[in-house]
Amino acid sequence: MKILTAALTAAALLTAAGCGGGSGSGSGSGDSGPIDLRMTIWSANAKHVALFDQIAAAYKKDHPEIGKITFESIPFDSYTTTLTTQIGGGNVPDLAWIFESNAPDFVSSGALEPIDKDADLLPSTTANWEKDGKLYAYPFSTSPLGVFVNTDLVKAAGRPAPAQQIASGTWTWEEAAKTAAAVQARGKGGVVVGDFDYKGWDTLNAIWAGWGARPWSEDGKTCQFDQPAMVDAMTFVHKLIFTDKGMPGPGVTKDFYAGDSAMVVTQISRAALLEKAKFQWDLVPLPKGPSGEYSVVGQAGIGVFKRGKHADAAKQFLSYFSNAENSAKLAQFFPPPRKSQLNSATLAKANPLLKPAQLDSVVVKGIENGTIKPSHTGYAEVQQTVRAALDPLWKPDADVKSVLSGVCSKINPLLAK
Amino acid sequence: MTLLLDKSAPPVAPAERAPYWTMRRRDTLAGWLMVLPQLAGIVAFVLVPLGLVVWYSVHEWNVLGGTFEFVGGDNYAALASDARLGPVLRATGLFSVGLVVLNLSLALFLAVLLNQKLRGTVIFRTLFFSPVVVTLVAWTIVWGFLLQDNGGINGFLNFLGVDGPNWLRSGGTAMASVIVVQLFKNVGLNMVLFLAALQGVPAELYEAARIDGASAWARFRRVTVPLISPTILLTMILTIVGSLQVFAQIAVLTQGGPETSTTVLVYYLYQQAFQFHHFGYGATLSLLLFFIVLVLTVVQWRMRRRWVFHEA
Repeated sequence: MKILTAALTAAALLTAAGCGGGSGSGSGSGDSGPIDLRMTIWSANAKHVALFDQIAAAYKKDHPEIGKITFESIPFDSYTTTLTTQIGGGNVPDLAWIFESNAPDFVSSGALEPIDKDADLLPSTTANWEKDGKLYAYPFSTSPLGVFVNTDLVKAAGRPAPAQQIASGTWTWEEAAKTAAAVQARGKGGVVVGDFDYKGWDTLNAIWAGWGARPWSEDGKTCQFDQPAMVDAMTFVHKLIFTDKGMPGPGVTKDFYAGDSAMVVTQISRAALLEKAKFQWDLVPLPKGPSGEYSVVGQAGIGVFKRGKHADAAKQFLSYFSNAENSAKLAQFFPPPRKSQLNSATLAKANPLLKPAQLDSVVVKGIENGTIKPSHTGYAEVQQTVRAALDPLWKPDADVKSVLSGVCSKINPLLAK
Repeated sequence: MTLLLDKSAPPVAPAERAPYWTMRRRDTLAGWLMVLPQLAGIVAFVLVPLGLVVWYSVHEWNVLGGTFEFVGGDNYAALASDARLGPVLRATGLFSVGLVVLNLSLALFLAVLLNQKLRGTVIFRTLFFSPVVVTLVAWTIVWGFLLQDNGGINGFLNFLGVDGPNWLRSGGTAMASVIVVQLFKNVGLNMVLFLAALQGVPAELYEAARIDGASAWARFRRVTVPLISPTILLTMILTIVGSLQVFAQIAVLTQGGPETSTTVLVYYLYQQAFQFHHFGYGATLSLLLFFIVLVLTVVQWRMRRRWVFHEA
């Protein structure tokens, strides 16, 4: 009797829990109450959220059926993990920001609703988010990478300012490395690659693209870490760290925004962190690599989940959130993907910290011609596998070529899947 | 409770028709009501998840696509042929053995020292126990700063004229660092358990041993260790089980690197399930962990008769 009771209780709970986890599609279309929308984001910046709230409030005025619109901030480092766990647990957000590197996973999985494609969107910004001619996310932020320079430190080290070098056509990685080494020799950090920290290897894209290198082939099937262009680029990085000593080594933290390093390679949207900087700074395009001038763009999209409770309402809100008028407002933080807004005049209005010349050279040209960070289906697994296989490279006596061949032997089976 | 449920108690003399709520039935009901909250907790948070893990392990669950397909033994076949599992189990074993040996010997050593009637032992006892009550992640983050290449530990070594290694960035030292961080976090708990056990050893046994001419080492080996062996068994089981569940330290300090040198089983399971979205395979890995813990515990429990005092 006792065993039977216990077994029945267990079975009942099991079914209840199973249902809760498994489905979670919840139609909710028949609800008569107000519709609440939730968008997950990775920014915790109060100014970003204030602007989103302002846009949401304006939308609600014309849409009485909408109740609350929440912008739920999830920490950057664990963003995708948390988001997919929410989805797995049946707590599907209506809208979500998505990293460019995860775009293939989200787009190909069928989790997203197709959305309308505005003719004003630059084709280079939507390519990553399309499948079979349909657009699955709005590329709300296409943030080119540039180099922020602490001109005080560069001057003190007796090196010419990058802006001068650009004017004389000598702004190359070789020169940047010399400047970085000169500053680092005086105790501060040289050049830092934002979010790299010897784990986020894909951020090195900002460097190797200057050598014309790619991590894998265009179709994503073959590893190209062992190709000559990548070997040369990584040899440069290795030399920069361990021989020239122009990049802080593994396990060393030098915060550019606190004035501890000469340069940081990062997205221009980080300019906000320099509002209270106590040093003179400049923003310049990426230095020329052996394969000439180039630019790299970081991207983020907003998608609508099919299994969200109010997919249609979410789609409508997204088209309002991303219309020309709001896109111009968002441009102060997130460079817009719209042709009509990609000019230094519009961008200057939204970015008081940056000069029109900086915006033109870094943002406008960057978005038009930039390559995007690598992406692949099953990205997290590829990312981790490369991270582990690249670890032997971050030692002074590493054999660059053989480490990179090792990377290929590890990820080729994953790429071929 | 046992007294009330005692069947040998004389039954109440039957009236013309016995009421349904007899004393025994009422006691049974009361008993059930008292254990029900605990039972519901175990069912909801232990048995159901355990059942679900088994269920997930025979499925392929695509979280993004929202599909959940039966794949039979595929995940178990993948487990058998997973080339990464070998290094993961080796790292897990290394961590567990390193931690258990260091933790138990240091805890016992400290307990013996602090068991002396010396001035200042209370201060040291508090000092070694305080990490136990510190939040694990905060503790680990502070150690992360200390272990950086330009962090506090290497700064100190530099001061002594020694060029310290890059602790968290090379295979051997990364594992050693993670073990030491965990060691100092929890050694205080085992120390207090040992201290309590030591204080329970009757003084006259030592006196008798001394009269028999036993040296300090012989007294420790022949009197102390056998008498505190139940506590050694307890701390050993707790430490082994705890060491197999290490996660936060790895996630904060090394993320399983460099290469895969600190990717222990729980971290690998987390990567597979939550980062790579192979929930089915993650569930299979967690069953493997479950069986490893089960086997180790059963083995220790069976072996206790051989060496634990009072158990022979």
